[in-house]
Formats: sequence, C-alpha cells, structure tokens
Amino acid sequence: MNLHEYQARALLKAAGIPVPDGDVAVTAEEAAAIASRIGGPVVVKAQVHAGGRGKAGGVKLAADAAEARRHAEAILGMQIKGLTVEKVLVVPAAEIASESYVGVIIDRASQRPVVMVSPAGGVDIEEVAAKTPEKIFKVAIDPRFGLLPHQAMGLAFRLYDDLRQVRQAATIMQQLYRAFVHAGGSLAEINPLITTPAGDVIALDAKVVVDDNELDRRLEIAALRDVSSEAASEVEAREAGLSYIQLDGNVGCCVNGAGLAMATMDLVKYYGGEPANFLDIGGSSNPDKVVTALRIITRDPKVKSILFNIFGGITRCDDVANGIVTARRSIDIACPIVIRLTGTNEDIAVRILTEAGFEALTDMDEAVQQAVKLAREAA
Amino acid sequence: MSIFIDTDTRLVVQGITGRDGSFHTRQMRDYGTQVVAGVTPGKGGQRFDDAVPIFDTVAEAVAATGANTAVIYVPCRFAADAIFEAGESGVGLVVCITEGVPVLDMTRALPFLRERGVRLVGPNCPGIISPGKSKVGIIPGQICRQGSIGVVSRSGTLTYEIIHQLTRNGYGQTTCIGIGGDPLIGTNFIDCLSAFQADPQTDAIVMIGEIGGTDEQQAAAYVAQHVTKPVVGFIAGQTAPPGRRMGHAGAIISGSSGTAQEKIAAFEQAGIAVMKRPVEVVDLLRARQ
Repeated sequence: MNLHEYQARALLKAAGIPVPDGDVAVTAEEAAAIASRIGGPVVVKAQVHAGGRGKAGGVKLAADAAEARRHAEAILGMQIKGLTVEKVLVVPAAEIASESYVGVIIDRASQRPVVMVSPAGGVDIEEVAAKTPEKIFKVAIDPRFGLLPHQAMGLAFRLYDDLRQVRQAATIMQQLYRAFVHAGGSLAEINPLITTPAGDVIALDAKVVVDDNELDRRLEIAALRDVSSEAASEVEAREAGLSYIQLDGNVGCCVNGAGLAMATMDLVKYYGGEPANFLDIGGSSNPDKVVTALRIITRDPKVKSILFNIFGGITRCDDVANGIVTARRSIDIACPIVIRLTGTNEDIAVRILTEAGFEALTDMDEAVQQAVKLAREAA
Repeated sequence: MSIFIDTDTRLVVQGITGRDGSFHTRQMRDYGTQVVAGVTPGKGGQRFDDAVPIFDTVAEAVAATGANTAVIYVPCRFAADAIFEAGESGVGLVVCITEGVPVLDMTRALPFLRERGVRLVGPNCPGIISPGKSKVGIIPGQICRQGSIGVVSRSGTLTYEIIHQLTRNGYGQTTCIGIGGDPLIGTNFIDCLSAFQADPQTDAIVMIGEIGGTDEQQAAAYVAQHVTKPVVGFIAGQTAPPGRRMGHAGAIISGSSGTAQEKIAAFEQAGIAVMKRPVEVVDLLRARQ
C-alpha cells in the first residue's frame, strides 16, 4: 500500500525527523489559509499515487496565499494518470543548499533491509543507480539489531563533510529506519534530504510503501488507506478477496491463481488480443467471488469478451460453474463468455454449464483463441 | 530418486485441525504421505481422524514421533512464529504454505533457519510432491505421475497446468516443487536446480518463473555454469504493467527491473529453451532429449 506524501511526512515527523512546516488541504480555501499561515512563497503539491506529478502540472510554486488558492483550485479535481486529485499538500518553498537521497528498502537478493544513500538527490534514484552506480552507498541491516550508530555515521560521511551535518543525517537515518519498521514498510525514502542555507539537514519529500501483509496487525497504518485515490473496481475487488488490476484491453480475464492469471493474459496477447485486466479469484472457490468478479469485469465498458481459465486444484470447477450461472441470472452480461476449466470436479462443472447453455472447454489455448476472436468481432 | 521429500519423509502438520490443514492432511494421507503428527496448541493428546496424534508444540511432536519435516497451514498472523517454532524443533525441512507472512518477519526468520541448517520452502507456496512417494502441501496428486522430469516454479496453478501437460504426454516427474510467490523465500531456483542436477533420476528440468526480482536471472547464470541437464523455462507476466503487484507479493516490476523480457533474455542466453505458451513444454523437452 502506497502512502501519500503528507502521510509519509507525518510518520517521519512522529519519528523525530525534521520536516518543513505545512499541511494538507481538500479545498482551495484551506490551501490559501495554510499558505497565509506559513507566510512567504509556498509549493502546492497534488497528493495522488502517481509518479511524475510535477510534469503533469500537479506541483506549483506560489508567491503568496492568493496564488496558492488559484493553484489549489486548478490542481484539486485534476486527473493525473487516471486518478483524481482529492488533496493538496501546502509547504513552504524551501531554500536548498544541497540535495541527497536516503532510503530503506527490503533487498530481495540479500534478503535483508538495506539502507541506501546517495549524494545525488532530488532525482529518480533508479536513474542514478543505472547511470552512476558509484554514487550509491548501501549497508545491509541485521534486523535483530537495526541500523547501528556507526553504520549510520559511515553512510552519512558519504553525504556530507561537515561533522554537524554528518551527525544530523546519521540521526535521521536511524529515525527513518525505525519509522520503516514501525510502519511495516517495504520502502521508506527521503528524496531529497536537503541542507538549508543555515546548514541544517531536513527531509523535504518522503515516500513510504507499506507491505500489504502488515496491515492486519498495524491498524493505525491500515487506517491511512485512501480508497478515493484508487480505482473503485480495485477497491471492490480487494474487499471481496479478489486480486484485480484494470488494464486497457478488451478481453476480460477471470483466472484462479496469480501465475496462471498472468500466463493467461500473456496468451491473450500471443493470439493477438489485449487483456482488459488481471484477476485472480484465489484458491478457495466461493461462487459469490465469481459473481463479484463478473460484476467487476462487466462494468468495464472496454470489455468485449470474457474468458474464464480455471485449473481446479483446491478450487472446485463446479463452484466456479455455479458462480457463472448465478451471475448470469443476477447481472446483465452483454458480452460473450468463454469458459475453460479442468481439474477437480470438471465433469460436474461441464454438466452444470451445458445445462445452462454455456459451452465448456478444457483446452487453454483453444479458449483463449476463441475469446480473442469474439472480442475482435464485437469491436 | 527425488529431491527434498520421499518415502522416508515423516511429516508433522502445524495447524492440523484448521480448515485448510485438516482438508490437506486428508489429501496428503490419501496420497500416501506418512503424516506422523499434528500440532494445534490446546489439542494435545487428541487424535486427528482417529489416527494422527496431535501435540501442543512441534518440539513435543518431533520428540514423540521422529518427524523430520514440518508443513505449515496456520493463519498468516501466526505463520512467522510457526516457522520459528519448526526451525528449532529438530526437523530438517519446513514447508510454509500460508500466504501473507510479512516480509519483515521473513528477514528475521530466514537467518534463524539458516543458522540451524534447516531448509524452508515458501512461504506462500503450493509445496512439494515426489509422485508416487510423498506429497507435502497442496499440489493435486492426480495430475502428477512418477517419471524423470524435475519441475520448479514460483507459482501454483500455472505449475499444475504445466505438470498436467507433462503427465498427459507421458512425461512423469521426479519432484515438483513450488518455491513461492513472495519476495523473500527460503529455497530459491538455484537450490532446486542444484538438487535436480545432483539427482540421478532427474533427466531434465522445467523452471517456471515470473516477473519481479532477479532470482530467474541468477538461476540462468547458474544453469550456464553448473547444469548439464536440459532445462526448459517459462516466464509469466509479459503483459503485466510496471509498479503493480500481480497477485503474488513478489510479482512486481520495480521501475524497469524484474520484467519478463529481461528474464526471458537471461534464460535464452543461458541456453534454456523458453516456452512461449505453457503447451509448448512437451515439444521443447522432446527436442532437447
């Protein structure tokens, strides 16, 4: 789960990290009030889970409260990569003497948390890693001990020469590591970590990504979820225990298992079609889940055919068949459905589907080709 | 032969009385797995299906029954602790089926097991089956057949699909192992490749990867260096958008890294025959044997 910048800032602040003044607003009036309280020039920043906010016009400098109001009016309600901006963060326009990068990630290769710093801050760190890897410094952490003071100092010396700044940065890294663990993070980064003209080290922008598997035991973090910032269909799917991601194609896919779901989408593409979505109905096949899945898929106006691909193991094919038959009674399904199922209770499923007037296939390639063809004919 | 499990496997089931644990314990017993003990705290002294003794702790179960392998079906909020408990119980192999274990917990559990010389498979995996001998986990026994192909995969149902293709075309398996869809897992592709390479009965290997991370790229380099048996590969997720978690916690393209394209290229460079479709597995094996 991605946190908004203003939420990440609050977590960092609670951990003791110096962050500039500022607050979040949902109306232009609130934004103006925050700007006038701060005084002087401010930056109005769209709070939306999309990269490239600046390029999309979602980050604007304002000389005073009146200009902040005008920018907030323009930014609130704006669409950035298909997401509507509901909130803006208003912060003082910082004077920056230098910019660096500090982050904590879970490193898959070393299987440990890694603290990573770079004196090349304020830009995309992936780009730095790709173009100038010598500018990135890392320490793998033993999670039993956390980031030790000397490790933090060692990294901070890579960023600053001034001992006071080194100490400040080292403290911030330890605070960031603790905030990362506290939030159940899979990533926590400050980019940029700046020095002010007065020589202080402060966090200007923050990003925190929380491991979804942590949310059950960190209710205060789970409460930060902003459903208004996600596609409604994805929220509905998650609440029903489905894993759904909307894409741009016209073949709706409903599959059991994530790997098979991806392989099915790939096969749609192989046969010249485009998948409309990723959808994994999960292991246990409750017919209700199938109904919800079909409701979500059919709501996407781009969908021209629907493809079921079920390999019955724990999932019982007859449960899925019953779900499809129930769904057709309760919701209006305009486009053709192609069903492939094999495995546990396949025979019962085929009977249920045949009696209800559906054709049931057992071959994956045949089903995918048919779904692609039907979508093309309808387009 | 087979890898990791065989007829000597003596299994203790953690969470044996739960919904998933009880269902799959019956399936495993029907398949012929020696399920020697179960664990559910508070139900020690009872028997599962009037046959399998239940204990309060894994350590008691191991002491009383000589179990050498543990399988975990407990709910995700207890799963990390179940891994630690199994890790110090004396078993040599722990298979964690449970999905949803926080990755920070895994950063602690993995070194704990490694220091004790215990192998973990998973979490978030379908487990292991050595057809005709033993199954530990949830892979459907009826789609497998004893033979000479080793199968290793990050996925569940996609693996079943490919096993199904193998079996119905006469290619049986030595062992099929699902290593799990999480970003941090106990046993990776290389561990399985080296075990299959060393197993005299395994003639060829099928490796099924997906987007996210660099495990497949490292496995490809290992194949080029150390594996003399034919390897056929598949990578799922060519149409996956970057930055989105595709069901599995580990199946995510971060920035430009972990794409299907780079993994396929690494496979091809290592001389691994790459399937474009799951159905091609049989033809590719036939061409290379």
